[in-house]
Formats: sequence, structure tokens, C-alpha cells
Amino acid sequence: MAALFQDPLVQLAFWALVKVIVILVVMLGIVAYLTYFERKIAGHIQVRPGPNLVGPWGLFQPFADILKLLLKEEFVPDGANKILFHVAPVLAVTPALTSFAVVPIGPNFLVTDVNVGLLVFLAMSSLGVYALTLAGWSSNNKYALLGGLRSSAQMISYELALGLSTIGVLMMAGSLSLVDIVHAQHGAFRLGPLALPHWFVFTQPVAFVIFLICAFAETNRAPFDLPEGESELVGGFHTEYSSMKWAMFFLGEYMNMLTISAITVTLFLGGWNGPWLPESLGFLWFFAKLFALIFLFMWVRWTFPRLRYDQLMAFGWKVLLPIALLNVLATGTIVTWLGNR
Amino acid sequence: MIPLSWLLLLSALLFTIGVVGVLVRRNALVIFMSIELMLNAANLAFVTFSRFLNTLDGQIFVFFVMTVAAAEVAIGLAIIVNVFRLKETVYVDEINLLKG
Amino acid sequence: MIPLLFVAFAAVLLVSSLLVILHRNPVTSALFLVLAFCALAAIYLLLHAEFIGLVQVVVYAGAIMVLFLFVIMYLNLGHDVEGGVTLLLRRGLGWLLGAALVAEGVLLLRRGLAPGPTAPPDPAAVAGNTQQVGLLLYSRYLFPFEITSVLLLVAMIGVIVIARGRRETPPAAAAPADEAGSPGEDA
Repeated sequence: MAALFQDPLVQLAFWALVKVIVILVVMLGIVAYLTYFERKIAGHIQVRPGPNLVGPWGLFQPFADILKLLLKEEFVPDGANKILFHVAPVLAVTPALTSFAVVPIGPNFLVTDVNVGLLVFLAMSSLGVYALTLAGWSSNNKYALLGGLRSSAQMISYELALGLSTIGVLMMAGSLSLVDIVHAQHGAFRLGPLALPHWFVFTQPVAFVIFLICAFAETNRAPFDLPEGESELVGGFHTEYSSMKWAMFFLGEYMNMLTISAITVTLFLGGWNGPWLPESLGFLWFFAKLFALIFLFMWVRWTFPRLRYDQLMAFGWKVLLPIALLNVLATGTIVTWLGNR
Repeated sequence: MIPLSWLLLLSALLFTIGVVGVLVRRNALVIFMSIELMLNAANLAFVTFSRFLNTLDGQIFVFFVMTVAAAEVAIGLAIIVNVFRLKETVYVDEINLLKG
Repeated sequence: MIPLLFVAFAAVLLVSSLLVILHRNPVTSALFLVLAFCALAAIYLLLHAEFIGLVQVVVYAGAIMVLFLFVIMYLNLGHDVEGGVTLLLRRGLGWLLGAALVAEGVLLLRRGLAPGPTAPPDPAAVAGNTQQVGLLLYSRYLFPFEITSVLLLVAMIGVIVIARGRRETPPAAAAPADEAGSPGEDA
């Protein structure tokens, strides 16, 4: 047994497994409390208190929610495809969690440094489309099917602009590895007494805006949440789901939001870089930026009205895609020009 | 590491499964999927030899094969959808208007 | 360790591709094909082709198969119906040919007709796989790259034209109807 542990490959696998379990537990805990934060923020934006009965300031609300969901009756519709019906919620959560394997939370705190980390994130977001499509199809319900097809069409359309907007960052960092991208955002510009951090949000503002808009569309959150809109399509693709399976979809949505915020922080907001703190405490800056971005997600949801489906598709294809392409062209030109001087 | 013959055997088996799929199935969409299996078997052979000859040309070729496969799938599915509108079926032995 | 991983992924690949051609429901076939592509992407990663492996997931498993699923759901296909004597004959011949191909492949490999070099890869060629692929793609293979973009444009235009279908009835059928209609309206 000890001899087996000497093999460097086995050691790598063991420590990776430990980190994976830590990330899993921490992220699931954060997601559970994100539901509470969403309701609190929604409440205060709508000038009402939000949940405040269970525990001080309603802090134990997630436990009450989980207990309720566990005890609810769970039923499967008559003509539903049994296997796909049960597999779809799992597919909603798994790709989002897998993306966390390549996100650098701190200087030495990541599961593995794949040299194509950005592509891993794009691959996982491509696989996330299946959960919604299969949920809509296997429910044997017109509203669910419509919602599922609409949301998967929306997701694959906005994936293009998402990927293209990251190419600008890729050109400036010179590598697909997320660790290298965070290292490229080290340091600051000095303009006299002011110091502007070397983050890509300042050198690639258009790409940042496009990425953020596509992030809203990818996670099916307002203003792009027509496929699951309560007032439009009953429940959209999760109409027929109840109890724990619905909870898994809910979990998947918040997990997706968390993952895409983490990637945005890594790509555009400097990852774990930050002033005044030593490098080893970089993960505090990471979490600070992460929660700021999540607050932005929730703020936008309760502020903007919902986009109609044709407006949504037209916006993705006719506005975001050309702007993303122009951004790639402009960044390429500037990088070459600066590199040749 | 991984012996060359294992990889080639895998590629050959995958290709054979694709061929059998094309010959045995009636559904045009499943036949299309078997064609994709054959293309992927060829891709695997390319990547294998790219690794064993220490050159990246094989991977470039795989890149182009994937692009062509994507274009072909799009057009093939459009044709199948159109045939379905006309004949109400996707079974290839029922689409026999030109048969003598 | 690595050969063990390869055997595991190869087993998943073979089993799921067999299930693609054997299963009756086209949706299940498509999903097994997605699984097969993901296993193949894992094998590419084992062969140090990281860029190609992940592009395989993004393009094949993430886009092409979604397109397949869309079409299957749009056509609302149920379980495949099989039957007929000619069908059995065709199937028998198909499986026979498959067995012949497998036997041929095994024979060739047993006779050692695929030696090939077994040297470990050059470290410079392995590090920075994407950069190396990019350098090669935009220098030696620039012309095929540009032609590929034209190919994709042609495919896009073709798909839109083909999938649009017919809008109204053909003009030959509409003309007699018009001529028959107008005297009636005038009178």
C-alpha cells in the first residue's frame, strides 16, 4: 500500500481527489446559501424583508427549503421516458461542477492546471445544453418540450459569442491555461498617483460586456429566462419535475451561475490578484470578486424585464456575434501593432 | 505507453461498427450517426500516427475532418428533414421513388 | 496506469458505439453516440492531443449531436419498426461483412504489419499543444484553412435554402386556377 503511494501519478490522483471533495462540499454549501441570498436581495429590491422567520435574519432558510423538498411527493408522469427523466437533472449539475477543476482559486489552490483550461470550460458549457433538451423531451409535455427546445437553441446561439469574446483575452494572455491568464493580470498600470490593476476588464471592455451578457443567456437567467419563465410557459422545461429532481435543476442553475462567475473573475477581473494582501491569501480576493459578480447577477434579474424569444435570438445572432468578431479583429490588430513596434 | 497496435485495432473496430450500422439499419438518422462513427475512427487513426511519428500534421488533419463533418451533418440533416416533409418517413427502404 | 485508462475508455467507446447501432430508439442512439465521442475525447487526451480532444467535445458532442437531437425531436420519431424477410437477409449480410472486416484487421495486426516507432514524444512538441497546432495551421496549412471557411459558408447557405422548403404552390398549378377564377368573378 505504501509502495503504491510512492508512484507520483497515484499521489497526483489522491491529492486531486482531496481537492475535488473540498471544492464539492464548499461549492454545494455556497449554492445552498445562494438561494437564501437571492430571496433576500429580491425582497429588499422589492421593498419587503424577504425570508426572516427561520433563524436570525432567516439564515437557516436553506435547511427548511431542503427539508421541504426532501419530504415532498415525487412522481413521474405517465408517458415519460423513465431513464432520461431521471438522468437529465444530474446532467444539469455535473458539467458546471467539472469546470471548477480548472479554475484557480488561489496561487496554489486548483485541482489541476490543464494547458487548455479555457477550452474545458467551453466544452462543459456545450455539454450543459443536453440537460435542458432531455428534460424537455422526456417529460412528454408540450410546454416542457417547447421550453426545452427554446432554451437549448438559446444556449447554443449565445455560446458562439461567449467563445469569441474570450479570444481577445486569449490573445492578450498568450495561453489557454487559466493559471497563465491569471498570471498575465498581475501588477498594475501607474498613472501618476493612481494605479489601475492590469485586469483584462480594462483592456478588453467590449469583450467583458459581451461575455457578461452571454453569461446571463447561458445560465438561463433574466432577462433571458423566457424558456423557464413562470408567466409564459408554466414551468418551461422543468414543468413536470417535482421534489428532489426539481431541486437538482435549481441547484444546477445556481451552480452554473457560480461557475460562470468564477470564469468571468478569472478571465477578466484578475482571478486571485489584488492589492494589500499577501499572495497566499489571494483566495479571499477571488471570493470577494465572485460574490460581487453574483450580486450583479441577482440584481439584474430583479431589475430588467424579460426579453421575447425572437428579440433574444436576433440579439444573439445579429448584434453580439458581429461585435464579438469585430473585437477579435481589433484586438488582433492592436496586439500585432504593439508587438512589432 | 499505449502500443500502436491497440490503437489501430480500436480504430478498425470502430470503423467496422460504423460500416455495419450503415448496412443494417433502416433509419436514415441512425445511418448518418454510423457515418459519423466512421469519420471518428479515421480521426483516431490520424491522431495515433501524429503521436507515434512525433508530428502535428495528423492533428491538423483531424481539425479539417471535424470541420467538414460538421458541414456535412448540417446539410445531410436538412436533406433528411426535407425528405420527411415530402414522404412522411425516414426509413431508407421506403424512399424509393426512383426505383425501377 | 495509462494503458489501463486507455483500455477502460476504449471499452466504453466500443460498447456505446455498439449500442448506437443496436438500439431501437433514435434518441437513445444519439445519446450513446455522445458518450462514445466523450470517451474518444478522453483517448485523445491520453495521446497528448489536448486541443483536438477538447475541440472534439465542443464541436462533435456539443454542437453536432445537439443538431441531431433537435432534428429527431422535430420529426418526432418513435421507436424504429423493423421487419420483413429481405430485411433479415440484408442484416445477415451486413453482420457477415462486419465479421469479415474484423477478422481481416486482427489478421493484419497479428502479422505485425504495423510496427511504427515507439519513441516517447519530443518534449518540445508536446508542450503547448495549442500553440504548436496554431503555428502549423496558420503557416503550412493556411490555404486549406481559408478554403474551409468558404466551405462552411457554402454549407450554411445550402442548409438555409434546403431546409426552407417550398413556400407556396408551384406557378404551373396556380395559373389555371387563376384563369378559372377570374371569368367567374367577372360574371
